Amino acid sequence: MSGFINGLVRLRRGPWEMLATVLIGLGVVMLMQPFVLVLYTYSFVVTLVGTVMFIIVSHFPE
Amino acid sequence: MTISPIDRAAAGTPHGVARRIRGLSDRTIAWIFVAPTIFLLLAVNIFPLIWTIRLSFTDYRVNRPNNEVSWVGLRNYERILSDPAIWDTMQATAHFLIWTIILQVLIGFTLAYLINMKFKGNDLWTTIIVFPMMLSPAVVGNFWTFLYQPQIGLFNYVVAFFTGADAASFSMIGDVHLAPWAIIIVDTWMWTPFVMLICLAGLRSIPDSIYEAAECDRASKWRQFWTITVPMALPFLMLAVLFRGIENFKMFDLVVQLTGGGPGNTTTLTSIDLKREAFERWRTGYSSAYAVILFVTVFGLASIYVKALNKVKQR
Repeated sequence: MSGFINGLVRLRRGPWEMLATVLIGLGVVMLMQPFVLVLYTYSFVVTLVGTVMFIIVSHFPE
Repeated sequence: MTISPIDRAAAGTPHGVARRIRGLSDRTIAWIFVAPTIFLLLAVNIFPLIWTIRLSFTDYRVNRPNNEVSWVGLRNYERILSDPAIWDTMQATAHFLIWTIILQVLIGFTLAYLINMKFKGNDLWTTIIVFPMMLSPAVVGNFWTFLYQPQIGLFNYVVAFFTGADAASFSMIGDVHLAPWAIIIVDTWMWTPFVMLICLAGLRSIPDSIYEAAECDRASKWRQFWTITVPMALPFLMLAVLFRGIENFKMFDLVVQLTGGGPGNTTTLTSIDLKREAFERWRTGYSSAYAVILFVTVFGLASIYVKALNKVKQR
């Protein structure tokens, strides 16, 4: 866990990509889940943040 | 002495032009060659995307071109993301997407595994299995509509034969519970061969020497399957899932032909709903916002999926 946080602090690609991936996945699940309308409402923001983050962090050093 | 085409072209070039070209660097010449492609790409792909994003913040209606277009900010996004009807179409799409991918991967991989066993006549079987993929979705939709007819449809009689139920007692297309499964069955029937072909390419790329080495180590067939076949065919399988996932997220023609999105809205997938908003209700700004939401979702998913695919390939 400390390695992950260290990677985030030192702007390393791996942990940031992991975070972006989790956000995109979470956003898609929120968009298509049939249980809570509020989750659906905020799904796009989560997916968008994840996608933009993914594009940016894929240029970070390994 | 024969003159080469290059010499002929050089001789035909006017002096002024030739002098100017001679003065250009290799980098500039490369840019001149690439520029038309880049321009075409920008004009066909990037410009419509940017234009759609811009329209998504307006109340523009394409059937009223003379109306003043006003900037509505994020209102279109707010309305879409709080509309329970659109939320329902997202769920219908998710149901369709998840089940078609599961069924197509399972059946497609099994068929590829069987075809790869090289029995007599396997080429003929490959051709027969691939046949549905070659048909137009409109044709498939049309004849499956007949197959699903409760009175005369063959599908109902086959189900009745195996279950003992009355063939006319259920309607695959007319029932709200069965209609989502009706479109899944047809899509699976049509596109499983595509998954099978990709898996077959993966299976045929595995060298026999690996299996021979495993035989020498007395590995069972079951162990060979899970430690050789599946890991080595996995990149191909993932590629098939990527293609089918993106394609089914955009599914339109087959479902429109089969059910038209009904009964009610049970088979209204996002692309069908989007088309209705854009070209039946003519809410261009609103439908642009809808399209942007779908684009970001597919783009995000495809990005992480391609990343995972590259990792699997590097193993």
